[in-house]
Amino acid sequence: MSLAHETLVSLRRRLAAKEIHPRDIVKDLFTQIDAREKTLHAYTHLNRESALAAAEKADLSLPLGGIPIAIKDNLNVLGDPCTCSSKILEGYKAPYDATAIARLRQAGAFFLGRTNMDEFAMGSSTENSALGVTRNPWDPTRIPGGSSGGSAAAVAGRVALAALGSDTGGSIRQPAALCGCVGLKPTYGRISRYGLVAFASSLDQIGPLTRTVEDSALLLSALAGHDPRDNTTDLRKPENFLTKPDGSVKGLRIGLPKEYFLPGMDTETEAAVRAAAEWFRKNGATIVEVSLPHTPAAIAVYYILATAEASANLARFDGVRYGRRATDARDVLDLYQRSRSEGFGAEVKRRIILGTFVLSQGYADAYYRRAQKVRGLLREDFEKAFAQCDLLLTPTSPEPAFRLGERNQDPLKMYLADVFTISTNLAGNGAISLPCGFTQSNLPIGLQLIGPRFGEETILRAAHAFEQAHDFWKRMPPS
Amino acid sequence: MSSTGTWEAVIGLEVHVQLRTQTKMFCGCVNHYGDAPTTHVCPVCLGLPGSLPVPNEEAIRKTILTGLMLGCKIAPVARFDRKNYFYPDMPKNYQISQFDDPLCAGGGVGLDPFLFPKEIQDTEEAKAGRTIRLTRIHLEEDVAKSFHFEDRSGIDFNRAGTPLMEIVSEADLRTPGEAFAFLGSLRQVLLSGNVSDADMEKGQMRCDVNVSVRPVGQKEFGTKVELKNLNSISGVRRALTYEIARQIAACRKGEAIAHETRRWDDEAGATFTMRTKEKAHDYRYFPDPDLLPVRTDQGLMESARAELPELPAALQARLAKDFGVTAYQASVLASDRVLCGYYEKAAAGTTHKAVVANWILNDFLATQPDPATTPVEPAFFAELADLVAGGTINSAQAKKVFAELMTNPTSPKALVKKLGLEQISDSSALGTYCDEAIAANPRSVEDYRAGKTNAINALKGFVMKKSQGKANPVQVDEILKAKLSA
Repeated sequence: MSLAHETLVSLRRRLAAKEIHPRDIVKDLFTQIDAREKTLHAYTHLNRESALAAAEKADLSLPLGGIPIAIKDNLNVLGDPCTCSSKILEGYKAPYDATAIARLRQAGAFFLGRTNMDEFAMGSSTENSALGVTRNPWDPTRIPGGSSGGSAAAVAGRVALAALGSDTGGSIRQPAALCGCVGLKPTYGRISRYGLVAFASSLDQIGPLTRTVEDSALLLSALAGHDPRDNTTDLRKPENFLTKPDGSVKGLRIGLPKEYFLPGMDTETEAAVRAAAEWFRKNGATIVEVSLPHTPAAIAVYYILATAEASANLARFDGVRYGRRATDARDVLDLYQRSRSEGFGAEVKRRIILGTFVLSQGYADAYYRRAQKVRGLLREDFEKAFAQCDLLLTPTSPEPAFRLGERNQDPLKMYLADVFTISTNLAGNGAISLPCGFTQSNLPIGLQLIGPRFGEETILRAAHAFEQAHDFWKRMPPS
Repeated sequence: MSSTGTWEAVIGLEVHVQLRTQTKMFCGCVNHYGDAPTTHVCPVCLGLPGSLPVPNEEAIRKTILTGLMLGCKIAPVARFDRKNYFYPDMPKNYQISQFDDPLCAGGGVGLDPFLFPKEIQDTEEAKAGRTIRLTRIHLEEDVAKSFHFEDRSGIDFNRAGTPLMEIVSEADLRTPGEAFAFLGSLRQVLLSGNVSDADMEKGQMRCDVNVSVRPVGQKEFGTKVELKNLNSISGVRRALTYEIARQIAACRKGEAIAHETRRWDDEAGATFTMRTKEKAHDYRYFPDPDLLPVRTDQGLMESARAELPELPAALQARLAKDFGVTAYQASVLASDRVLCGYYEKAAAGTTHKAVVANWILNDFLATQPDPATTPVEPAFFAELADLVAGGTINSAQAKKVFAELMTNPTSPKALVKKLGLEQISDSSALGTYCDEAIAANPRSVEDYRAGKTNAINALKGFVMKKSQGKANPVQVDEILKAKLSA
């Protein structure tokens, strides 16, 4: 079997036993890439030579020694392109390593290539990429989800073992659900954002996309911990996650938020998620119904706050210092206008304009400041819910992967794809998506487990127990 | 509006002060000027994609210290906000500043009468000793420096992201002289706390002025004009003098004052329209999500308090009381802590402290402008003062020793010997001189004895000449009188 099909944990074991060499992994991955990438288009750039070179000198004594990882195109890896799948960063090469990247390097990992994404992480289908669409490995006529669609498709499509993504409103979990892999959005502050090109700074969080929960824990252990370069990272010491998974969920209190099971939602999704809840109950967990009453406001709050922050975060792309510069500009203002008009795609422009509007004098109170207040209420919802339970169990996405081109003309419909994931970003909690079933047409369905803030260990233990009791994770997309 | 009668100006200042810190406001780059362009830079101060700011505690502490020195209230929790506007010298196209929750609020600047322009220091305006209220002090990052060449512009990013403190006054100032004294007095405080070098000519302190005029007695403010490009404290005064006259003349003619920003042209001695403010810029401030609120907890407050200097007013009072210097001298010394420290050392060894102050503030500074590096040891002044007071040399001789001291900084005692200036106080030697004088000037002796007491001066002159100026004049006087009345 190709090494491209294996998990990090198993490859690490085999590397340590000297059964295989890191170069074998890289070679198998590139064989797989050559076979599949034409269909998938998960990558926007591949490090063929440098990955092989890194494999040759890998230090196998390190926890991730010899492991190649795919990186979403919005994370700075020194010397690699970092375009955020945008024309405005065409040709831009990262001049430094993100902290997450530096930590993976320290742990012995190296980098396979850049994965496709919705431009500046704005989207839920990866169709907003200026570098072409990515296709779902389970059905190439369908989207992989987004914005970390390239990372999810790469991991599910066996062209990467694991990938990093970023999650601002569901951008790791939703594509993980739609592609049938494991996507973890850690608690805000758990992983340093230094070097992640910001979309919405108060919501963005880096996280791993993997085949298994154990692989997710392995990467989180390398990534987590305070960073003096990120003022918003938590001060707690680094820890190792899921070191003694026992597969038990006995005594766990699992909350089902009633606002996450809506009339009219996809029946197959609902059935699979309710079946997952039933599995937890049968295995000794208690199921409690809880309420997160401000959930209906979450999408509105998110699209006000995320766009407000984005409008400032993306102001730096102006053609003056780096990235795409419009030619023949008459003056500085003209240079700004032309560089930005030519460089940004439609969705990015829409969000910059929306964000600029909600912060404008005369409107900021009604939109930006009111949204901040409601964000506080959403956070309280979660705190109250976690007084009654240890984890929340919900669908990750209201439906499985939709078809390419089906939603991208209707932004509001597209925004609903993140209805179950957005609240956790607003509240700052950690959450995981893992496969919990397949539709009749063989599309993966994702289960979301949300933890209290910094409750990753609880999330990972429960997710691991569910995963190992089922074989959804072993299922392979058609080749 | 009244076309006759008296008018007054209403002036408010916004003063930007570059903080003297080791590193920049939000990154570890060196905060230093004058090096090759764009050499102190990193992803953070260049605003590269993915970089994040981390606040500089030293800058926060120095801002709190400034607030404490100026009697401000220090916010228990302060926040950083993003101020959004596009400009090539600002790499993120937003500036991290403070809007709703600045570090310091309230407080005031006491106007030092001796920091008014020299020619009006005797007026009531200067002597009033008013305190100008402050609205707030906040902390922000400075922008880069643009250079404009013939066909292109360049940007030096060394200044980008360096800490900048903005001090905003209430509209309490009424005259150009007060604005001048405000800036001088503020500078005196900033220097005392070692917060900034605060030199306007070097751009370390920058000042925007808001000014309007109104008939005396009217409560409402007139239309405010903002003045920019003010590069010295005296420039602020000149610009205000011009602008106030311009506005009053316009009002007298019944013309409306435009709400605008005007640029001061120091060479032309006039202000010119830069841009009108009909459309106020919307900076769309919002809290910077990359930065946690700053809690000015006990530890931070204590470390700021530990740096509190003796404030200019207290220092001036102490110098006047303990050293006997004049109010003017106290003000000069309070404006220059290095000089003041030098003076205090010099005066420490003698009871004749006021004499030392005169020497240092007049003759000394003329040849030794930098007391920090002068080879003249402060202790020499005490020695010199005591030589005079003890009668070893007279004041004329002291001048010679002083001049020698400036070029040949060695102990004044040694200089007196070297120059052969030691005063003759030996009464037998002086008696011999006096006898010679009496013998050689019979007419003066006669005149003196006849009641013309002034005649003794001729005899004294004789003695001084004979002794080459070394005779102790007081003793000579006594001896002559005794001999003549014998």
